[in-house]
Amino acid sequence: MKSVAVIGASLAGLYTARALRAQGFDGRLVIVGDERHRPYDRPPLSKDFLTGTTGQDQLALADAEEIAELDAEWLLGTRATGLDTGGRTVLLDGGRSLTTDGLVIATGATPRRLPGTPPTGAHTLRTLDDAQALRADLARGPARVVVIGGGFIGAEVASSCAGLGHDVTVVEAAPLPLVPQLGDAMARICSALHADHGVALITGTGVARLHSGGGENRVTGVELTDGRLLPADVVVIGIGVRPHTAWLEGSGLPLDDGVRCDAGGVTPLPQIVAVGDVARVDGSRTEHWTSATEQAAVAAQNLLAGSTVARHRSLPYFWSDQYGVRIQFAGRRLPTDTPRIVEGSPDDRSFLACYERDGHTTAVLALNRPRPFMRLRRELARATQPATT
Amino acid sequence: MIPVCHLADLPAGESVRIDTAPPIAVFNADGELYAIDDTCTHQDASLSDGWLEGCLVECPLHAASFDLRTGAPTCLPARRAVRTHPVTIENGMIYVHHAAEEGTAA
Repeated sequence: MKSVAVIGASLAGLYTARALRAQGFDGRLVIVGDERHRPYDRPPLSKDFLTGTTGQDQLALADAEEIAELDAEWLLGTRATGLDTGGRTVLLDGGRSLTTDGLVIATGATPRRLPGTPPTGAHTLRTLDDAQALRADLARGPARVVVIGGGFIGAEVASSCAGLGHDVTVVEAAPLPLVPQLGDAMARICSALHADHGVALITGTGVARLHSGGGENRVTGVELTDGRLLPADVVVIGIGVRPHTAWLEGSGLPLDDGVRCDAGGVTPLPQIVAVGDVARVDGSRTEHWTSATEQAAVAAQNLLAGSTVARHRSLPYFWSDQYGVRIQFAGRRLPTDTPRIVEGSPDDRSFLACYERDGHTTAVLALNRPRPFMRLRRELARATQPATT
Repeated sequence: MIPVCHLADLPAGESVRIDTAPPIAVFNADGELYAIDDTCTHQDASLSDGWLEGCLVECPLHAASFDLRTGAPTCLPARRAVRTHPVTIENGMIYVHHAAEEGTAA
């Protein structure tokens, strides 16, 4: 393999590029990113970057020395618009194209939006530019902030905004947020963090539309499906993401909530691999930081081998920081698994819980218990994983 | 010189965090004592909560790993070293000697 194009210049793309070099690939390496920024870390965008304690320079995923060592051609601010799988040619905006022997699809995901054009003051949060715009809006002065969506991003944004002194309300369409991730009982405890910190949580109602007005068409309120109108100066929409596969429509690659690939990240075409949020690996798509980094090494190995010689089997793991509480979760939980508190107390917002099925632990959740969590996470990984290749 | 705890209170495999500014983590790695800056150089996490294996500690948040002897990261996502600090034992008490700013390993 003499040349590889990596489409997507964020965590998964960068880590795959690194892995290719680390595994001896010394050919032409082209990295295409639709954002104008070099790879940066997204998790702080809803947390310390939003509150201003972390600056843009601290977000960089690679320093100048490492960028030089990677010896890649960077096409930043460049969007992939199509793929001709036969010739392995990626079409780029501006009419250019890029043909390489190998291809890494790492285009991530795009936030879901409300229908229509968003008014001024209505934000989504995925990119550095998004975060800067939101941060600037919040710096205008004390604001009534409505966060639409009570998932982890929504909760983190709410926490950051409350920490900045804004008046915050979270709206969640489901009866309780975080149930798909944590199950009912644990979701109830985590959702209570909002009230602990003076943030209102409205559940079981959707958003009908945003109200706006004035010369700059600025958002003024959020109308709920139950008829209530919440006055708002700033609105943040955190209702999930969809994998960014629009550019692959018609390419022949199987798309099904992501690019379908095997456990090694390999698509039906062995010269094309997919990693990160865009990849549906062995039937499941994760949006986790750690998965993206782990998939990268596996996919790089398989791409260079020309077939699936390695598989990604790591235990899913994610964390969230909100209201000064560190939430960590690892494992594969079924809705029927029963959580059991094994240490600490939910009342103290500091505890360790194991999800159990037939007497076995399937997953582990911790609030502010990083140390025992790490021990259980490792035990769980050992117990449930065969030796990886 | 900062007192940490009695040697007997820090058995092998254990670690303790001391609230200096910035905080320092002290480890007993199979009988050898090491002190490093407690905060991971990648993102805000306490290395004293990390996983100790031999002379390496793995960050509890993103699995960056540091060599306790040098403070150097041994894998991503960390790219900068943590500072190391000398440790002594006097009359069964562990002390950390805060490394001078100019002597940083970073």
